[in-house]
Order: sequence, then C-alpha cells, then structure tokens
Amino acid sequence: MTELEASDDGTERTPAGRENETEHEGDDRPLEDGSFGRFGGQYVPEALMPALEELEDAYRRYVLANEDGFMDEFRQRLRDFGGRPTPLQRADRLSERYDRDVYLKREDLVHGGAHKLNNALGQVLLAKYMGKERIIAETGAGQHGTATAMAAAHLDMPCEIYMGRTDVNRQRPNVFRMRINGAEVNPVDAGRGTLKEAISETMRDWSQTVENTHYVIGSVVGPHPFPAMVRDFQSVISEEARDQCLEQIGSLPDSVLACAGGGSNTMGAFHHFTADESVSLYAVEAGGSSLEVDEDAGVAPNSATLSTGTEGVLHGARTHLLQDSHGQIMESHSVSAGLDYAGVGPELAHLVESDRVTPVTVDDDAALEAFHRLSTEEGIIPALETAHAFGFLHEAAGRDDADEVLGDSVVVTVSGRGDKDLETVIEETEKRGLEAAPDLSVFAKEGGLR
Amino acid sequence: MSERIDAAFADGPAFVPYLAAGDPTYEASLEYVEALDRGGADVIELGLPFSEPIAEGPTIQEAVIRALEGGMTPERFFEFVEDLEVEAPLVCMTYYNLIYQFGEERGPRPFVERAAEVGLEGFVVPDLPAEEADPLRDACDEFGLDLIFIVAPTTRGEHLDRMREHVSGYVYVQARLGTTGAREDVSDQTNASLERLADWDVPKAVGFGIKTGEHAERIVASGADGIIVGSALVDIVAEGHENDEPTAETAARLETKARELAEGAARGANPENVPQPEQP
Ligand SMILES: Cc1ncc(COP(=O)(O)O)c(C=O)c1O
Repeated sequence: MTELEASDDGTERTPAGRENETEHEGDDRPLEDGSFGRFGGQYVPEALMPALEELEDAYRRYVLANEDGFMDEFRQRLRDFGGRPTPLQRADRLSERYDRDVYLKREDLVHGGAHKLNNALGQVLLAKYMGKERIIAETGAGQHGTATAMAAAHLDMPCEIYMGRTDVNRQRPNVFRMRINGAEVNPVDAGRGTLKEAISETMRDWSQTVENTHYVIGSVVGPHPFPAMVRDFQSVISEEARDQCLEQIGSLPDSVLACAGGGSNTMGAFHHFTADESVSLYAVEAGGSSLEVDEDAGVAPNSATLSTGTEGVLHGARTHLLQDSHGQIMESHSVSAGLDYAGVGPELAHLVESDRVTPVTVDDDAALEAFHRLSTEEGIIPALETAHAFGFLHEAAGRDDADEVLGDSVVVTVSGRGDKDLETVIEETEKRGLEAAPDLSVFAKEGGLR
Repeated sequence: MSERIDAAFADGPAFVPYLAAGDPTYEASLEYVEALDRGGADVIELGLPFSEPIAEGPTIQEAVIRALEGGMTPERFFEFVEDLEVEAPLVCMTYYNLIYQFGEERGPRPFVERAAEVGLEGFVVPDLPAEEADPLRDACDEFGLDLIFIVAPTTRGEHLDRMREHVSGYVYVQARLGTTGAREDVSDQTNASLERLADWDVPKAVGFGIKTGEHAERIVASGADGIIVGSALVDIVAEGHENDEPTAETAARLETKARELAEGAARGANPENVPQPEQP
C-alpha cells in the first residue's frame, strides 16, 4: 500500500505523493495457473494448447519482463501511433447537472476511436516478436476488428477478421474501415450472428493455423493467458487516469464507471484502482430490453452476464455466462453490438464475487437517452457501449443515496466514439420515440444515412 | 475402466463411428445409430449437442444445431441412450459446460453418475485438456467410466505425459490440425503422431478426415488400432434431411457406409496387405 491509500479513508482528500503514486501498481494477480479465484483456466481443444503455452511464455518474457524492450516499444507506439496519453477531461455541464465532479477518460480520442487499440496494438506487436506471420481476430461492434486491422496494417501483418452477420449489418462503417485497412472480413452466419459466434469461428480458424497465426482476442476473455494479458495492455487507461486524478484533482476519484461487454474497458479502467479501497468501481452492463429471460426460446433479452449470469465454461474459461438450466449458451441482446456477448472476463467475475466491483445494468432506452444527452450537452458523441456508463451515472445521480454510490468525484471512461453507431441510433431513436433526442425523423425516413 | 471398450479393441481394429444424438430428430437418430451398429461399429461415439461446438467443423456444427432445434437436452440424451438397441459400447462426446452444469450442484459427478446409470462407457470432451480434467477423472474412476483424450499433431512434452496419466479406454489421435470434417486425403501427420504414442498401453484410434474404406485401410495399415469417423457419416444424415429422404433409406445408406469403413479397417490389419502409398 502506498501512503495515500493508507491514509485515505474515502471521505478525506489526501494530497498526492506523486513520486510514490506513479509507482503504483494494481494488486498482482495469480498467473501460475491462469485462475482468478474460481474463474479462468484453459478449456480449449487440444490442438490449441501448444499455442497457449507459447503465448504464455511470450507474455511472461515480453510483457511482464520487457524482454528485448517489448514494453518500451509498445508504449512508444501507443504514444506515436495511438495518440496516448488520452486526456482526463472535466465534463462541465454534466458536473453541474449531477452536482458532483464528473471526469471523462477520453479513450474515444485514441487512434481508431476506441480503447480497443491499446490491446490490438499490444497483441499484434507481440505476434511480431513471436515470429507469427498472420493475424486473425473476431469482432462484435467492429471496434476491435478495426483496431486490429489498423495495428496489422501499421505493423505490416496480413489480417483476417470474423464478424457475425447481424453485426456486419449494424456496424457497417467499421466493416468499411477494416477493408480499407486491408483486412479480410469474414461474415459468420451461425446462431444469431453476433460476437459469440464470431469468437467460436475464430477459434476454429486458429485450431487449423496455430503454427503461423496469432489470434488477437478482443477482450479480457478466453483461455489463459488472454484475460491477464489483455488486461495488462488495457491497464494503461487506469494507470493514466489515476495519475491524472492525482495531478488534476489532487486526489483519487470516489468512483469509476465503465461499461462491460467482455470487460476489457472495465478491467483497463479499474486495474490500477483495485487496491484503492476508497474508490468504488462500477461495471455497467447492457440490460437490453429486460432482465427477464425466455429460457425456452434460448434468448436473454440482455447481455448482463455479471448481474444475471451463472458460472460455467465458455470459450476457454470458467466464468459467468448467460446459459439455460442445461448449460446451453443463450443468445444475448443489446442495442450496442460491443456489449452483446453471453460471457464476461473471468477476472471481472472474480472481482464481482469478491465484492470489489459492483455490477449494474442500464437498459437500451436509458443508454440511448444517455447517448443523446452526452452528444447535445457535452459535444461528445459516445459509442452506444459507452452510453451505458452514462446511463448509470444519470440513474445513480438521481437516487437518494447518490452521494454514497457515486461520491463527489466520478470518472467515466468514454470507451469509444459513436460514429459507427449513427445508423442504429437514428433507427432506434425513431422507433422508440425518445423525447430527449433531436429530431432525426428526416434521416429515418430516408433510411438512415445509407 | 470399461471392459466393454477393452473388448471392442481386443480382436482386430475397431471401427468407431460418431453421430450427433437427435440429428435431425430423436426418432430418426435412434434408427441411424442402430444402423451403424448393424454395419459393424465396435464403439459408438454419441455427440451430446452443445451450442458452441468450437472443436467441430461446419458439418458437425450444423448437425448439432439440427439436434438442438429438435429439442435435444442432456436429460433427453440419457433417455436416448436408454432407448437405443445396440451391441457396441457407447461413449458420450460433449463439451465440458454441459457436464459441469448437470444436476443440482455444479461439477461433473452428477453427470457421470447418470451416464453410468444409462450404461455409457466413457467420455470424449474436446474442450477439456488434461490440465483441467481432475474432477472429471475422479468421477469417472468412481463410476468405472473411461476418459478419452484427443492427442493433436502438436501435442508434445509434459503435456503429452499428463494426458498419458489421465487417459483410459483409448486415445483419440487427431490425424491433422483443425476441426472435424471429412477430407479427400489422409494426413501423414498421423504416422508421426502414432510414433509418439507407440509405447502407450491404450489402443490408438485415429480420427479427423477419414471418409472412405480405403482411408480406413491405410490408417490401420500404418499402425492405428482403430478409426474414428464422424463427418462422413453426418454428411449422409444431412443429405437425407435436405432431400426429405425416408428415414429407412438414410439408415440403409449409413449401414452400407459403416460396412465399407469397417471392412476397410479390417483389410488394413491384414499383414498380407501392403499399405498404399499416400496419394499427393
Ligand atoms: C466502444 C466500446 N466500448 C466497450 C466495448 C465492450 O467491450 P469490452 O467490455 O471488452 O471493453 C466495445 C466492444 O466492442 C466497444 O467498441
């Protein structure tokens, strides 16, 4: 523990001891067997085991031990290519509206428009260090695919992206961007055609091509070492945010809010705060249209895995899942493609179980309203994923116990910008007749922006 | 350990077919599995469908979807096994989450107990590597069932040793990298894999990509104790389904195919039979 944590009782602001603070690390995770409490593991077909062993070895050497200056090169590229560090911006009108200090960690300003580049750049670079010749990835919202395609183009690696058919249709701008960066985009027709199917398909490709191919998984999910490694690449978010808080506010924030699909934005935003007991951490999940489940139809009308899921094994890890009573994985739903996943990172499941992270949900309507609020009041068009975090801010700030829940200073990660979502937003805003939104009917009539 | 599986490998090479239980319907699937039995199956691998079959190729993935849409569940699967009238011992092939979720408390024991009750002899669980297998291994030991592991062309070292410790019944030798699916050629990765397992004291059954009697012959001639055939059989089921073929006709075609494969395997074991060189 640093001095500051030891003396910070959660109500008093302690001036920063800067030298110490930059040294701060989140608490160390057990890495030996890749487990986080009961969660994690390596539940994969035998053909993938050697690839995981090779990756674990590379992760230890290059990421954890900075062999051959890997981390130095990664940080330099994050800065020069990625545009880091991103600002921690005080949102003046939201602060006024909610009567507390609201700070935005601007991951939407990272190259490509989302936090996803942090991880994609790290993994593509690692693949290069490992001597791999080909990159594959899955994508939901298309943000991870876009980030991977950009990183692959930047580092001169051939790249193929798997994307569910539904997501291809609702995230077209990102499909174009991937193609323009030179990546192949392979639509996946199985199931409902969302992220879960894309992950399965990418694992299939990988099991035939492990010898020369690296699978850049897009979140803190999958078999060990992916959850730990992706978290490390994303933890630059909280590393910067923590330093920026101490520098700009002179103290730690009282709460950090981040949307959670697979959980990479969440883990990245939380990692360096987990040891700071005074900081409340909220993982905001997609409540979709309802938290009820139609088990017979095999559908969860939400993607709230941490809030409503149960323990099971999917895509290589033991974690929380949306599954029926037999253990079949259910189709999830969210208006935001990037949150639409039936699983969640095992470390996040563990942090929730050990009461360090609080899962909360925001439904489609509230997320859309929050999208418009941020756009009109702050001039920031957020990704629909991100809008969920602002939906929770809005809801919590209106509660009687708002001071307890949020505290005086709140950091929200703006995990990405909403350009990719405009068609969906226009369609859904019209469909729902949302009042807080500007009049978009003319676009809706013309068939979105098509 | 299952004596019936031991016996299946004891005299001559074993023909081990796979079908997804309940594909495309419960009733038809019963007839299909029984046709394989008549066609000479020595052990039958019955797939219990899981919604995310990451180790399967498109053929079996679609079979699994058909079976799930037909209402297959773990409990229905056990009923299916009870309803089957076959001589060959049955092995359940499924994914770990279904095994783990079955029954009141989580963990593999209730599933294994129920499997033993209906007369299953063992399990193949493609997403459960030896490293994660202790709880299932313990339950299998308790109820006398076999736990079969898949050895990939890439499996080596410590990892192979751990698998050797855990495996019983037979070892499933994956003929080539990738997912399941019938192929025109038979990989020569097989020979290398068989060599690595030469001193293991369980039978070695080779699978992934075997499609014809001639493949079966060649695989057995190169040292396999058995052949595992899935996609080539599932293809017949799929075709029958797509063409609205009467169940009996599809079953007859499966029986013929099974006989071709079983006879191919038998020919491969005949020492007079010189192995054919691999076609390029
Ligand atoms: C902008 C944005 N935020 C959040 C997410 C959710 O993913 P994760 O929970 O892994 O951060 C995505 C996923 O694509 C995204 O694009």
